[in-house]
Amino acid sequence: MSDPLFGAMLQSIIDGAPDKAAELARRALANGVDPLEAVNLGFAVGITFAGDQFGCGQMFLPDLLASAEAMKAAMDILEPEMLKRGSERERLGKVVLGTARGDIHDIGKNLVATILSASGFQIFDLGSSVTPEQFVAKAKEVDADIVGVSALLTTTMAGQKAVIEALDRNGLRPRVKAIIGGAAVTSKWAAEIGADGYSRNAIDAVELAKNLMGRVLTRGTVRA
Amino acid sequence: MRPRIQLLGADLIGRILREAFELLMNPGVRVGSAVVELLRAAGVEVGVATNDGVAHIPEPLVQQCLASVPRDFYLYNRQGEKAVHYGGDDVHFDPGSCCVQMLDPETLEARPSETRDLVRIVQVAEMLPQFAAQSTAVVCNDAVACNGIGAPSAIGDLYRLFIVLQHSDKPVVTGSFSAAGLQGMMYLLVADTGSPEKLRQQPRAVFDVCPSPPLNWSEFGSHNLIDLARAGVPAEIVSMPLAGGTAPVTLAGSVTQHAAEVLAGITLHQLAGPGSPVVWGGAPAIFDMRTGGAPMGAVETAMLNMACAEVGKHLGLPTHGYLVATDAKFVDAQAGAESARSAMLGTLAGINMISGAGMIESLACFSVEKLVIDAESIASAQRLARGIEVRGQEVRGDDVRGETLATAMFAQTGLSGEFLKLKETRALFRQEQYLPSPVIDRSARGLEPPSDVFTRARARVDELVSQYRKPSLSEDVLRKFQAVVKREAERESEREADRGGLATALPRNWAL
Repeated sequence: MSDPLFGAMLQSIIDGAPDKAAELARRALANGVDPLEAVNLGFAVGITFAGDQFGCGQMFLPDLLASAEAMKAAMDILEPEMLKRGSERERLGKVVLGTARGDIHDIGKNLVATILSASGFQIFDLGSSVTPEQFVAKAKEVDADIVGVSALLTTTMAGQKAVIEALDRNGLRPRVKAIIGGAAVTSKWAAEIGADGYSRNAIDAVELAKNLMGRVLTRGTVRA
Repeated sequence: MRPRIQLLGADLIGRILREAFELLMNPGVRVGSAVVELLRAAGVEVGVATNDGVAHIPEPLVQQCLASVPRDFYLYNRQGEKAVHYGGDDVHFDPGSCCVQMLDPETLEARPSETRDLVRIVQVAEMLPQFAAQSTAVVCNDAVACNGIGAPSAIGDLYRLFIVLQHSDKPVVTGSFSAAGLQGMMYLLVADTGSPEKLRQQPRAVFDVCPSPPLNWSEFGSHNLIDLARAGVPAEIVSMPLAGGTAPVTLAGSVTQHAAEVLAGITLHQLAGPGSPVVWGGAPAIFDMRTGGAPMGAVETAMLNMACAEVGKHLGLPTHGYLVATDAKFVDAQAGAESARSAMLGTLAGINMISGAGMIESLACFSVEKLVIDAESIASAQRLARGIEVRGQEVRGDDVRGETLATAMFAQTGLSGEFLKLKETRALFRQEQYLPSPVIDRSARGLEPPSDVFTRARARVDELVSQYRKPSLSEDVLRKFQAVVKREAERESEREADRGGLATALPRNWAL
C-alpha cells in the first residue's frame, strides 16, 4: 500500500498496458490494498490524465483506447473483490448507447462507450442500427440516466429525432437525458430536435454526461 | 512527355492484389441477400442464407469478371457528343456530391442547402470548361419533407437529378441512396435520352455505388450494383476505407482493402451484367486520430486516392477518386492549399474522374465561391499535365524556322529583346500559358484597394450566372420528367405511409 504502487497503476493506464494493469491490480489485492483505493488513487487518476492529455492534443485516439483497455483489465480484477466487500466504485450514471436505425457505422459510438465506461459510467451498448423502441425498452429496463444515439450519415440523423420523440412519448424525459453525436451532427441539429446535449468527440462526451448527471442530482436534491 | 507520379510500382501492386484476393476468401465479403443467388450460381460459397451472409470469392472468378469489364467508355452530353472519356490517362473533374449544407457568402455561415443552391452550382459548373461533368451536388432540403429533416431520400435523389438535367447539357455523376430511388432516376435518364437502349449506348450519367468498409456490400449497395449492371448504365464503385478507423492504418493496407472491396463489387456487377461499364473508384481517406473524422485535405488522403487509382490502372480499368476538397470551414488559405494540392496530385496520377471540387468542412458543406477558385487550381493542374511541349510548326512559313526552340526567334529579334512583337508569341502564348480568370490576382497595385480571393470569387460567380443560358428542353421531355417525378413522389409517399412516416412533399414551384 505504497505510493509507488499507485504511481505504477497510473502509469500502466497512461501506457495503455492491460497486462501490466491487471498484474498491478492482482498485486494490490495480494498486498491487502483496498480495491476501491486502488481505483480512486491509482487507475482512475491515470484515465483522467489520459483524457486531459487527449484534450490538449498530446494523446490520440489509439492511445486513449489503449488506456481504456488497460482500465478495463484492472477493473475486471478489482470489481469482483469490491462486490465481495460491498464497496463499489462510484457509478456516475447509467448510459444506454446505440447507433440510429439504419446506421451501421459504430466506430464513434464504440469509442464513446469505451471512454464513458473507463470514466466510471455503466454502459448498456445496444450495438448498431437500433430502433427507437429498443432504446426505450432498454432505458426502462435498466432505469437509464442517459440515452446516447449516434449517427454518421445525414440519411440516418432522422433516427436520432425518432428516439427522442419515442422517449418523450413514453414519458421518460426529462428524467432520462438524450444525447447525440456523429460526424454529420451539429449542436444546431441537437437543439432543433430537442436533445439534451451533443458533443464533438468521446472525451467531450464524458464532460457532457457528467454535467447532465450533475443537473439530475441538483434537481433530485431540490425535490427532496 | 506527360508528367506523372506513381507511388506504388509493379512489385507493390502485385503484393496488394495478392493480399486483396486473399481477403476475398478470408475473411470474405459480407453481401446483401440480393446477390446471394447470383454468387451461388457462380459457385461461390455464401455463409448463412439470410441477409448479409459472408461470401468467399475465389480469385479465378474475380479474374473472369475482370476480363469482361470494358477498358474504357464515354459519357455523352445532351447533344449526343462524347464528353467524358473514362479510360487511359484522361483526367476530368466534377463538383463534389450530395452535400447537406451550403456556405452562405454573406454571413459565412453554413445553412441547409436548397433547390436554388443546386441550380446555382449547376449554372456555374455549366459555364466552366474545367468541369467536364455535373454532379448532384447538394441535397435540396426544401424538397424533401418525407423524413422531417430534408435528408437524402429516394425522392431526394431523383429530385436532384431532375434539377440537374433541366439546367445542364453536360454528363452527370450521380448516385442513389436507395434501390427505389435508383429506379426513378433511370426513368428520368430514359426520358432524357429517348429509350433504355439509347441510354445504354450513350450513357449521360454514371452512378456512384458504395461498399461499407470493411468488406461489406450492403443490401442496397449490392442491389444498385446489379440493377445498374443489368441496365448497362455505368456504375462507379466508390470504396472508402478510412486508414486506421475502418481499414488498416498503413496506406498500403488501406489500398489493399480498397482493392478487395472494388474487386468484390466488380464481381457482383459483372456476374449480373457481363460487359457493363464499371469504374474503379473511391473516396479513401485517413482517419484523423484526434477528431475521428476523415480529413479530405490531408496529403495522405490524396496519396491513398492516387495509389488506389494506380492499382485500377494496372488492371486496365477506368478510374475515379475524391479530391479537391478541404477540411477548412471557410474558403481560406487552408482551403486553397489543400484543394489545389490534391487537384495537382490527382491529375498527375491520371485519375479519369476526380470528384470533390467546391466542398469544404470535410464534405459537409458546399461553397460555390470555392468551386470557381477550384476551377483555377484545376486549370493549373491540367496545364501542368500537358507538360513542356516543343512547338513552332504552327507558325512555319515566310522565313520562320519553326522547329528550333529559341534560335529561330532570336534570328528575328537579335538582341533587341522584342519578343512581344513576334508572330510566334501571338500565335503560341495561349497554348503555352493558362490564362486565369480574374479570380486569380496578378495585377499591379493600383489606386483601388486590393481585393481578396473570396471577394473576387463572389463577383465571378455572379458573372457566370448572368452569362448562363438554360438548355432548351422540348415540352415533351419536360412533361416526361415531371410525370416521372410526380409518380415517384406518390410512390414514395405510399412507402412512407406504410412505414408510418410523413408524406413526401415537393417544393411549391418544383415543376420549374
